[in-house]
Amino acid sequence: MLLTVVIFLPVLVAGVLLAARPPDRAAGWTWVTASAVELALIGWMWWRYDPGPGSTGVVDGIAYEVDLRWIPTVDAGYHIGVDGLSLPLLALTGVLFLACAIWSLREKNEPRTFAALFLFLQTACLGTFAALDLILFFVFFDLTIVGMYFIIAGWGHGNARRSALKFFIYTFVGSLALLVGFIGLFLGGEDRTFDMVALAENPPLADSPVAGGLVLLAIGLGLAVKTPLFPFHTWLPDAHTDAPAPGSAILAGVLLKLGTYGFVRIAMPILPEAWQRWAMVVVVLGVVSVLWGAFVALAQRDLKRMIAYTSVNHMGYVLLALGAAGLVGQADEEARTVATVGAVYQMVSHGLLTGALFLLSGVLWDRGRTYAFDRWGGLAGPAPVFAAAFAVAAFGSLGLPGLSGFVAEFQIFAGSLPGAPVATVLAITGILVSAGLFLLAIQRLLTGPLVVPTAAGADSDDGGVDPERGSAGHAREAATATLERTPTGTVTRMRDMRGPELAAVVPLLVLSVVLGLLPRALLDVIEPAATAVAQLVAR
Amino acid sequence: MTGTQIAAPGGSAVLGFLVLLPAVAGTLLLLLGRRADRAAGPLAVLVTLGTALLAAVVAAERPGLSVPFLGIVEGGDLRVAVDGLSAVLVVLVATVGLLVTVFAVTDLPAHGARARFFGYFLLFIAAMLATVTAATLPTLLLAWEVMGATSYALIGYRWQEHKKLDAGTRAFLTTRAGDLGLYVAAGAALAGTGTLVLADLPAADGGWRHLAAAGILAAALGKSAQLPFSAWLSGAMAGPSPVSALLHSATMVAAGGYLLLRTQPLLQASGWAATTTAWIGALTALVLGAVAVAQRDLKQLLAASTAAQIGFVVLAAGAGVIAGGTAQLVAHAAVKAALFVAAGAWLTALGTKQLSGLRGAARRYPGVGAAATVAGLALAGIPPLSLWATKDEILAGVDSAALRIVVLAAALLSAVYAGRMLAVVLSRPAGEEAFDEEGRGTRRVPALGTGVAGLLAVVAAGLGVLALPVVAEPVKRFLAAEGEPSPGAAEFLLSGSLAVLGLAVTVVLARVRPGLFGALQRGPLGAWVGLGRLLSPRPALAVARALAIVDDKVVDGAVRSVATAARRVAGALSRADRDVVDGAVRAVARGARRAGAAARRPQTGLLHQYYAQAAAGLALLFALLLLVR
Repeated sequence: MLLTVVIFLPVLVAGVLLAARPPDRAAGWTWVTASAVELALIGWMWWRYDPGPGSTGVVDGIAYEVDLRWIPTVDAGYHIGVDGLSLPLLALTGVLFLACAIWSLREKNEPRTFAALFLFLQTACLGTFAALDLILFFVFFDLTIVGMYFIIAGWGHGNARRSALKFFIYTFVGSLALLVGFIGLFLGGEDRTFDMVALAENPPLADSPVAGGLVLLAIGLGLAVKTPLFPFHTWLPDAHTDAPAPGSAILAGVLLKLGTYGFVRIAMPILPEAWQRWAMVVVVLGVVSVLWGAFVALAQRDLKRMIAYTSVNHMGYVLLALGAAGLVGQADEEARTVATVGAVYQMVSHGLLTGALFLLSGVLWDRGRTYAFDRWGGLAGPAPVFAAAFAVAAFGSLGLPGLSGFVAEFQIFAGSLPGAPVATVLAITGILVSAGLFLLAIQRLLTGPLVVPTAAGADSDDGGVDPERGSAGHAREAATATLERTPTGTVTRMRDMRGPELAAVVPLLVLSVVLGLLPRALLDVIEPAATAVAQLVAR
Repeated sequence: MTGTQIAAPGGSAVLGFLVLLPAVAGTLLLLLGRRADRAAGPLAVLVTLGTALLAAVVAAERPGLSVPFLGIVEGGDLRVAVDGLSAVLVVLVATVGLLVTVFAVTDLPAHGARARFFGYFLLFIAAMLATVTAATLPTLLLAWEVMGATSYALIGYRWQEHKKLDAGTRAFLTTRAGDLGLYVAAGAALAGTGTLVLADLPAADGGWRHLAAAGILAAALGKSAQLPFSAWLSGAMAGPSPVSALLHSATMVAAGGYLLLRTQPLLQASGWAATTTAWIGALTALVLGAVAVAQRDLKQLLAASTAAQIGFVVLAAGAGVIAGGTAQLVAHAAVKAALFVAAGAWLTALGTKQLSGLRGAARRYPGVGAAATVAGLALAGIPPLSLWATKDEILAGVDSAALRIVVLAAALLSAVYAGRMLAVVLSRPAGEEAFDEEGRGTRRVPALGTGVAGLLAVVAAGLGVLALPVVAEPVKRFLAAEGEPSPGAAEFLLSGSLAVLGLAVTVVLARVRPGLFGALQRGPLGAWVGLGRLLSPRPALAVARALAIVDDKVVDGAVRSVATAARRVAGALSRADRDVVDGAVRAVARGARRAGAAARRPQTGLLHQYYAQAAAGLALLFALLLLVR
């Protein structure tokens, strides 16, 4: 019951917001309050959750379980519950949506509808993570696409409509492949059911490798688009660049996790035989995504596109680890469990850090309407708090120990290497490239002489070069010159972060540090479930 | 999940405090920012003083401590432990940390961002202390990489100047390239031993042992600026002088040497790794020694000589001379810290670190000059000072003749570059030196700076007692390295006279043929034999740009062309729908209309025509009947 309340409270508040039409400010605060209550409820669930010793989760030891009849003809039910895989992601969803609610307190454009859409999206995300029935999962999964489409199309900038459409169609086609896979699972099982727990207990298609492989292909394709994995990732940079900052934060922080979560929750426990057979392919896809994401990010000249490609890189690590967890013949259970733990930890860590990075890039958009690297420089001078926050998020994202990314990546590498040494060594070089690209970004944005975009050319999107100022050097000259003459209105003043911006970003970074230094709080929840996955996939 | 090691509770708390005290104080300073600028210096001195006292306690008690971190496997916890080697390093790091902090308080400009500087400084010291006590791979990696990141922040302390942060970035990326080896080693440890405990590594089976050894070796070589990673050390000289005095004497570069000494059993067990380590150390000592000879900038000379001197430590680890390597590490730390403090004091006073500008610097400021002279003589390997003794200690353990020749040549080069430096700073000032190349000098050396340099020089000289067996034997016992060979009188005599000869010839040459060194400076040796190019990011950036184009044109292009194709197919189908499907429907309708019109025509209303039509119809029917029957 509590879980149902947690899932549907946001959409209820959204309905109230749309029906009662409160004033804009009240709408913003209602959203913040609703998200805070959500987070408190999830915190309560976490507090009460006891995974117990050994391996629990996925097929047993599910807490807050509700199982109601829904479409009895195909045995699809309203089956939800929480275990060590879903609880961390539910909590991450709660944290990120609260951060976005706080961030959006200053939203001027239709704040009521904006809040309602986000609340709707939150229900969809929570529902996907809590669902234990394939049809229910699919419904929530598709609703997230709808919600995000309207957020990008309505509140985005630049080429927002086109990017939103690309996002919608691409991920929607992916979800259709997912549906085909789910129907395959239904038809392949002996009990003819869509119930995930039942399917995981008694895996379908165990002795038909071809059918099992095809079903895994369909499911994998659908999830790979969402994750996204190379080569299905090109919707991501466009959608991110044109989305509003909170939209990007949710898209990268939560929506991408729906894909990776699907792999651990559905593909691995329900199709263990096929997963083992094709584990090496998953590993290779993961490594290619790692390197491709890192190198392409290095070449970007726009901050948001760069961060978007690092998501491809980070999700590649997750897939590497999950693939390695399926290499049953090559690695022992301990190593495969460590890899799985790392993968789930990476989902949470990436959500926090990339969420923070996208919100921080929103500061740049707010001040200067551009993300282009060559339009900014020396920001550590006028905006030291922004600089510090950006540096912490960047170092976290490049996997510096002391922040959550290290705990995840260390376990991913250590756990994957025994099974797939060559692939893992290649993937490890990815953290060097990400170190390079983040240090380069720090150097370009934060240090050196002060550069800020002038208001006149600021609206040109995707880093298009303003004809008036051909070179960055010229821009620098013009901007600093104007700054010295006290603002005349043509130049952006780089105000440091304040109020809601700080209140949204700083908790994310603090959480990342806490999870980097004291990981037990999260690991105690993840480890039993990861052990269960590593055992289930070895059947 | 994790087995917590029960150690003496009092002792383990001290060990925890040893790392946490500077870490917490440093974080606090960073969080307070500029508000804490005034208090930062005194606070840092107090904290490092406390750390030094704790280090002494820890070295005596040798406790262990474990904090739960990762689960599932043994050794996932954060575990620190102190044995003989760690005890020496802990005391060394804490002491040099204290002395350099005192120097930094006097050396940094009063209006600078001192809280930021000392914040990172303390964090760095904490990371180094954790590195030299780490007992599991997660602990080691955590401390190791935090040390790298704080060194980045310290080298790039003056971030407003673009080049300075660039040097920090280069240092971080180069050392991280080596660090990747530690991640590999961790995976190999898990595969080969099933644990992440550092001490278990030599027991790893088969190929995993070799992989682990290779990973550890790469990480250590990167951190210690050994070949081929040496060039970052040159750029790191862009950092403030106290940073050089700490990072490039007792810490950072020393960490690589320490790690190899720590994992010497693994190197030994893998076979090839020990030999490789020894040769890389020896070659670094030789090549970077030659590079040091050809520098025109005092800090660059010292940087190259740091890589060269740590090369002897690396050689010692490869050759299995733990006691000699540790002694070399300690002696070099004292020598080099003293010299960097002197170079920093001169830079602040005179505004230059060019050798040409520092002519006679030791005479202008005799206190610091005396300290630098003693440390310089020790660096040259002159008896009876410290590095003379420690180098022979290492040489005694080297079996291969080829290796011995390389080492002796490298030792000779130490005497040459030290001699060159001494010849410059001790010569009579000509009065035409170019000062203030890097900002206005203060023209004074604070007494505290002189005191710190003097203290370090005393240690640098005094450690020469290691040559006496009475001292050397207990040291070996302390380090659990009994039975390692000791040099005989003949070896001491040979190396000592080699050093004196090298020094004397250099000093004479510097007088008689000053042009000789000018020619060397312009040669490849002066430019660090192109090692910087080896670490160039250009290829990576080129690959990145190429992949980005492929990503846009091919990968996304395919997606876009699918969209375009879908639109085209839709258009074609729409045309087909209009022309073919709907056309057929319309044709049927047209046909029906025509048929209807045709059917109207016989309805004339004239009876005779109807009869005629009936007759014709009947005739037709009759004919049909006849035909089909």
